[in-house]
Amino acid sequence: MSALIKSSIARKYAMALSGLFLVFFLLQHFTINLTSVFSETVFNELSHFMGNNPLVQFALQPVLIFGVVFHFIMGFVLDLKNRSARSSKYTTNNGAANSSWMSRNMIISGAVVLSFLGLHFYDFWFPEMNYKYIEVLPENPSRYFEEMVHKFENPVRVGLYVISFGFLALHLMHGFSSSFQSLGANNKYTRAIKGFTTAFAIGIPLGFVFIALFHHLTAF
Amino acid sequence: MNLTLKIWRQANADATGSIETYSIENISPDMSFLEMMDVHNEELIAKGIDPVAFDHDCREGICGMCSMYINGEAHGPDRLVTTCQLHMRKFKDGDTITIEPFRANAFPVVKDLAVDRSAFDRIQHAGGFVSVNTSGNTQDANSIPIDKHDADKAFDAATCIGCGACVASCKNASAMLFVSAKVSQYALLPQGKVEAADRVMSMVKQMDDEGFGNCTNTGACEVECPKGISLENIARMNREYLSASVKG
Repeated sequence: MSALIKSSIARKYAMALSGLFLVFFLLQHFTINLTSVFSETVFNELSHFMGNNPLVQFALQPVLIFGVVFHFIMGFVLDLKNRSARSSKYTTNNGAANSSWMSRNMIISGAVVLSFLGLHFYDFWFPEMNYKYIEVLPENPSRYFEEMVHKFENPVRVGLYVISFGFLALHLMHGFSSSFQSLGANNKYTRAIKGFTTAFAIGIPLGFVFIALFHHLTAF
Repeated sequence: MNLTLKIWRQANADATGSIETYSIENISPDMSFLEMMDVHNEELIAKGIDPVAFDHDCREGICGMCSMYINGEAHGPDRLVTTCQLHMRKFKDGDTITIEPFRANAFPVVKDLAVDRSAFDRIQHAGGFVSVNTSGNTQDANSIPIDKHDADKAFDAATCIGCGACVASCKNASAMLFVSAKVSQYALLPQGKVEAADRVMSMVKQMDDEGFGNCTNTGACEVECPKGISLENIARMNREYLSASVKG
């Protein structure tokens, strides 16, 4: 653990691996959400499985929470350290001449995604924990679809989703491909990796936006 | 060309610096940027004003001494050139040019535009060399077969002149492009492989101890590097570091 804190390259590896783990989770989350567009039954079955399977609940969920917390804390710590490496700032700096906005502002896009996670937990995770472990209400495997559609009836919530996924796309456009560079993969496949990660970074958030809009527009 | 110069003036390392504004006239587009600075200093001396201190040496783009941050970019708006190889034809008559020193806590300002880049020397001392027995029985390097691609990549990495533009351009003041170039130029060659693990561990530790920031892969260093050192070297250094860490 001390090596993680002290070595700049170890920190790069840690950020890249935790980021890739979260990308994998995002894909899994998207796949389940997407089923809600096609089949209420399949969505309910998958949601019930994810919400009640002991392996998912008590093994994978803690790992996921650790991954999320680690990635965010490490990101903020690194940003503070990096800012302190240049205490006297340039009066004129043309960052746009040599790097993308996304790459220079990962902390902003990351902070927006973190805020969104707060809303997401408030909307779904906390009520779910309350339902299952605090009030211990009887299991109802067909409640998930209705609960989700109800949330997306609110246009303000849908608007916040759209904005947040826009920032997630910006975060992924740099972060996903950057994680391969951090892990040492810069070779003949780099162009292909860049193409795939960019398509993923735009496509998956767009897909989430589509699902939210779909349920919002078909709810009435 | 008539220009307005906004130059960072700082009397010494402990003084508080500020931007001073000057006018300069009749500058030829064929002058190099440093020649323009020479003319400006001559004018300042004639007026009894302390000339602007700046680093320079070979003025051929190979020594890595010149280190100006011009209009928000290390070595100015041109690509693959050092400040001494930047020419005034890159600017227009009437332009305002802002000139600052390379900024990083690990590169403290000595005076005006001159900064102390000895942190790079200390990183080199930590492992940027090959321990060769030079007692008269050294093997001829040409007798060792080396893959052409590896030799080319090692040579590309070795073109790093250690000017510090990578640090100056990086929003995190990271030195990873410099260190990775030095690690790569040896790691790719059989002579350097023997000490590869110790080298990467020692150089990265020294880099971290010097207070440089962390690399976040913005790629600004690669764009601003006057020698075109590739990010591929940073990826290689990361692999070398992982491999060395696993070996212990």
